[in-house]
Amino acid sequence: MTVVSPQPSLPHEAPAEGEGAHAGPKISAFRLANGMDVVVIPDHRAPVVTHMVWYRNGSADDPRGKSGIAHFLEHLMFKGTHKHKPGEFSHLVAELGGQENAFTSYDFTAYFQRIAREHLGVMMDYEADRMTNLTLSDEVVLPERDVVMEERRMRTEADPSAQLDEALNAALFTHHAYGVPIIGWGHEIETLNRHDALDYYRRFYTPENAILVVAGDVELEEVEKLARETYGKVPARGEAPRRDRPREPEPRAERTVKLADEKVEQPSFERIYLAPSQRTAAPGEAEALEVLSHYLGGGPTSLIYRRLVLERKLAVSAGAYYYASALDDSRFYVYAVPTEDVSLHDLEAAIDDVLDELFRDGISSEDLNRSINRLIADSVYAQDSQMALARWFGAALAIGGGVEDVLGWSRRIEAVTSEDVAKATKWLNRRRAVSGYLLKDEQAA
Amino acid sequence: MNAPAKISRASRVQQIVTPFGIKAWLVEDYAVPLVALEFSFEGGAAQDPQGKAGAASMLAGMLDEGAGHLDSEQFQRALDDHAIRLHFSADRDELTGHLQTLTRNLDKAFELVTLALNAPRFDAEPLERVRGQINAMLKRESKDPDAMAGQAWRRAAWPNHPYARSPRGELGEVDTVGREDLVALHRKLLARDALKIAVVGAIDAATLATKLDALFSGLPAQAERAPLPQTNIAGLGRRVLVDLDVPQANIRYGRPGLTRHDPDFIAATVVNHIWGGGSFTSRLWQEVREKRGLTYSVYSMLSTPKASPGLIGATSTKNERAAESLSVISEEARRMAEEGPTADELEKAKKYLVGSYALRFDTSTKIAGHLLQLQQEGFAPDYLDRRNAEIEAVTIEDARRVARRLLGDGQFLVAVVGRPEGLNAG
Repeated sequence: MTVVSPQPSLPHEAPAEGEGAHAGPKISAFRLANGMDVVVIPDHRAPVVTHMVWYRNGSADDPRGKSGIAHFLEHLMFKGTHKHKPGEFSHLVAELGGQENAFTSYDFTAYFQRIAREHLGVMMDYEADRMTNLTLSDEVVLPERDVVMEERRMRTEADPSAQLDEALNAALFTHHAYGVPIIGWGHEIETLNRHDALDYYRRFYTPENAILVVAGDVELEEVEKLARETYGKVPARGEAPRRDRPREPEPRAERTVKLADEKVEQPSFERIYLAPSQRTAAPGEAEALEVLSHYLGGGPTSLIYRRLVLERKLAVSAGAYYYASALDDSRFYVYAVPTEDVSLHDLEAAIDDVLDELFRDGISSEDLNRSINRLIADSVYAQDSQMALARWFGAALAIGGGVEDVLGWSRRIEAVTSEDVAKATKWLNRRRAVSGYLLKDEQAA
Repeated sequence: MNAPAKISRASRVQQIVTPFGIKAWLVEDYAVPLVALEFSFEGGAAQDPQGKAGAASMLAGMLDEGAGHLDSEQFQRALDDHAIRLHFSADRDELTGHLQTLTRNLDKAFELVTLALNAPRFDAEPLERVRGQINAMLKRESKDPDAMAGQAWRRAAWPNHPYARSPRGELGEVDTVGREDLVALHRKLLARDALKIAVVGAIDAATLATKLDALFSGLPAQAERAPLPQTNIAGLGRRVLVDLDVPQANIRYGRPGLTRHDPDFIAATVVNHIWGGGSFTSRLWQEVREKRGLTYSVYSMLSTPKASPGLIGATSTKNERAAESLSVISEEARRMAEEGPTADELEKAKKYLVGSYALRFDTSTKIAGHLLQLQQEGFAPDYLDRRNAEIEAVTIEDARRVARRLLGDGQFLVAVVGRPEGLNAG
């Protein structure tokens, strides 16, 4: 039961198509009569399965004034149904030797169990049951709200860098709910109640809004049969729920956010640009941004690391990443941690020097090929983990894509040209960005 | 491992001895075109010289920062160009290497890791950079409540023992580590008699043997570790308070546990699972989180560092209710020690522990990591098949007796960071 940030590496690690004689797993997808999508990812190396159900709603779908409800409901989904007592499902999973959890992000909420393959049918039965039969009493809801408040205290209230992140996002998204923390604002979490949770549940927890992903030691036919017998019995609602997402206005003003706290012993700098996502970008543009972020800031051979860390010695670390996987316009990050006695102001100027160099020189064909090869090779590593594969397909479908978007990813990355990358740099415009300074509060110290 | 629950996992492990005499465990698997190699040298941060905490951590950080004819940037470039994932880490008791490569880059990967182990350059420029990175991390941790609680607990538990220091290093001491310290530590720790190796993936035994010889045969035969004195967690019944202006109290607790080869260790695993080990089901989870909403996370675990095994745990609760959390945990410790688990709890815990063992074998890296750990703990591959039978054999009498042994008088060494109401140091 947790909050996850979107994964910057999402498409980086999508499975490659064919690696010589070793093709990736044979992925199948189909839809049940009630509208629920199903993805099956066979992996016969161990007699276990990963069973996940994703819902196409996340914190960005929280009604105004009810921030945190998607995440709070995710916690409450463990509190029992008409058929099963609170915690009964969890105890069953444990007794069968399984592990389970759930996570909420901006665009989706997902529940999963990892368990011996023979228990897949039981997991589906219980998971299908809590898609529509959840019951909630104040007796379980109120202590769980305290749990979520403790979760927020743990993640944010004691950590100045997490507080700066909240402020950065709130400044970047002036209108869209990506600017609200996934867990919600504390003063709103405190007021959430079981009616809020059930209203939200009835709106979004429907077969048309759900995706089943099964990865592991299974065959398509078996999953099809079990899915029809369990999820297939959940009545259709007629149509999928609508997500009302306001579009972010065109940003014009460069912004800087500063947070000074006596607990900051190590200052740091980050900047977030509003950038198109896989879903909002023009064809090929998100892939160009992927290559760009790898070349600019993907690890110790990247441009920004070489310039700031290796050559100018202004930073102990520096990098960039891009969240392609989002329903609406998304984020491109650049960050650096200064060496001793380097001011964040000077560090920011040095980052802009690197970006100016990038705008001026673009990417050489040699560096382009390097980045592409590395991104595609990384996708082969993904095949080693059924959990990782299940997550990548689930997330892709949850933001409105299809299986083919993941399977075609390496081909689209290979097609990126130096010119595409140069064009994609237009999104790294300071008028589209918020810069964040995390500083030591000397006076309070 | 492609083994249904009832079929032997051990039989899939090949115990290799190379022509030079290097030993390794191998699981061949061609489903994915990858090879995962995990290897470790006994003697990690606990071997840091006096006043130089962080030396092993720096050594690990420097091994992939230039070797042989390749300087740091060239070495990193070679890894990146071949999509080779290589890094080294040091914990209290081990220095570990982690390698993952695509099969088609196998030769290059072994060439680079061979250079890294046998001919690290420890050049001045990357040395200062890695030092800066470690210091930045330590500075961040110096006001992080969780890291501060860990530090306060460690120092009170093991005064005058190497375990009192952070395995990542101590601010101030990291600055005193020089190139000569890394050279000396490399010479002392990276030796063949301290080495354990596990390999999983698309490689056969003969190919692997040749590569392992190239990789390890040049290392000295014998390590020169400083003796690591056995010790016990001190300060039972003591509470250490560290003031920090945060709304939540971060709490660590622990008491002496059992060594890995103690005849009661398996029964203790079951008892710990019931008490605080099982997420969603343990008594601590139920009492502290589910019933009272006191925390997001509460757990206990059996920890088995070489010199001082423990039963340790952590939680965090808003300052106003921190005392309540601690008293619930104490009460649960007392109840478990006096009454032990119920027969129903025992059955369910055994079912979980037996059934979930398979989940440790679903990625190459996880399998390799587990096989390495078994070797470090001194087990043979047959443990893979024995382990579940040993859990099934735990009786209610065993569990009650070991619950008493494990929880004893219910006293813990406790460290709290924050501004907890109604809690005093003592």
